[in-house]
Amino acid sequence: MEEITLDRDETGEILPTIQNFYRFCGHGRLMALKCIECEKLLIPPRIICPKCSSSRFKWIQLSGKAKLRTFSFIHIAPKQFSSQAPYIIGIVKLEEGLSLSGRIIVDKNVKLEIGMDLIVEFEDTVSVGWPQWPRYYFKLAKVIEQ
Amino acid sequence: MIEKPLAAIVSAGLSKFGKLDGFSAREIFTYAAKEAFDKCPNLDPRKDVKGLYLGHMTESAEHQGHTGPLVADWIGLNPVPAVRFENACASSGVALRCGIQAIKSGFVDVIMVGGVEKLTHLATSDATEYLALSADNFFEQWHGFTFPGLFALIARAHMHEYDTTGEQLATIAVKNHHNGSLNPKAQMQKEITLEQAMTSRVVASPLRLFDCSLISDGASCVILTKPELAKRFSDTPIYIQGSGQASDTIGLYERDDLTSLNAVALAARDAYEMSGMKPKDIDVAEVHDCFTIAELIISEDVGFCKKGDGGKLVQSGDTAIDGNIPINTSGGLKSKGHPVGATGVAQAYEIFLQLTGQAGARQVNDAEIGLTLNLGGHGSTAVAHVYSTTI
Ligand SMILES: [Zn+2]
Repeated sequence: MEEITLDRDETGEILPTIQNFYRFCGHGRLMALKCIECEKLLIPPRIICPKCSSSRFKWIQLSGKAKLRTFSFIHIAPKQFSSQAPYIIGIVKLEEGLSLSGRIIVDKNVKLEIGMDLIVEFEDTVSVGWPQWPRYYFKLAKVIEQ
Repeated sequence: MIEKPLAAIVSAGLSKFGKLDGFSAREIFTYAAKEAFDKCPNLDPRKDVKGLYLGHMTESAEHQGHTGPLVADWIGLNPVPAVRFENACASSGVALRCGIQAIKSGFVDVIMVGGVEKLTHLATSDATEYLALSADNFFEQWHGFTFPGLFALIARAHMHEYDTTGEQLATIAVKNHHNGSLNPKAQMQKEITLEQAMTSRVVASPLRLFDCSLISDGASCVILTKPELAKRFSDTPIYIQGSGQASDTIGLYERDDLTSLNAVALAARDAYEMSGMKPKDIDVAEVHDCFTIAELIISEDVGFCKKGDGGKLVQSGDTAIDGNIPINTSGGLKSKGHPVGATGVAQAYEIFLQLTGQAGARQVNDAEIGLTLNLGGHGSTAVAHVYSTTI
């Protein structure tokens, strides 16, 4: 496996930080934290489980398969995004059950609908340090022809 | 068991809301404070007022932090303790609740609570960016989520789940602009038509320009005291009977239900429980219509109608000034304006006017019980208060 630079604690465990989440994204991996006590999946990663208050976690890779929960076309954007407007934002439900926000990038002729199948994709950009992280986004899942 | 009433409001002030060119935040607040002082001749501000709690969100707008003592000095309250509260759009709602706690604790007998914001000198894209600060930086802002965008996500989910329509949302805008046309301090004192609202340009689909509140300058304040001291300062005080506040996730995506604002339901529940009031007892309400969908969902979550019926509620006319449960008689954030830090206490100001019969052309007949619901961000904070004319 490709070597990923991650922040680790003194015992070598990967720290449950947002920066590490995005570093995984920079290497094409959508990762969640799984609470060892109560099995809750977390994105963003946290140091204390919001369900059971445990601090024992492991990182697991998600499939990236998702269904669209809601979406909006942004026409008036903040300065750093205004050149991209209109663009689509959304909240998706990942196959593993947790939800995530992100950009939805589809062809202009695609009619978006709640419940649509999506799959995660990652920007090509290289991380240039906190907090300029490589982003994930969602695109249409490939329909397999019968 | 907390003894009631929690506190009394003996005076209140509001600056004009709108584009107040040439005035800085500290100066704008002075106009609100001056109204409150002038309306309360029995109050000696220097002698009686023992603190200032100030809601203020965007220090970057004027490149000015530390606004608590700054504003206290500008209104002649120096050297009383002065504290700035920042809970996004709920900043002064939270300041009000903390002011009540200061009174209840016995630390002070009289305190001024208010809020201020100065935003209209900014470019729209800068203002949009500052207001988005109340959303999750790393998972929302970083991906280009705007504030209208987040409420658009909520609106789309509500439309999908309950068949809520753009026309129902526009009806809220039309109502609130009508109310604002009757409020001399409102930023936009003009009526709009349903067609105008429904054909205005899309900001973040499905929300259009007229679904969004305004970018505003303005300030608000109230003078709080112990109930037993109220009559010393005013013949017609109003009383705060219940207070509730709750929090929710900073990221919208972490919520299982996108059609409801859980913190709103919890804050309202606690305020009702403390006051002994129920939704049907409320004569007039000011709720946080930062977007039309917010008013619609809050009207459901505070119990004015069944979940999913918020659209039907506004279309029935029940939330108009002469309806069963008038909502946002001031014009709301939509038409009166939304100087973020001032908004929570501006709601209390409107209830003060309504319950003391001073609301002029927008007066609700026989208003005796009022409710305010102030939202921070996309519901990461909610603050509810219940007010009455009698102890
Ligand atoms: Zn757990």
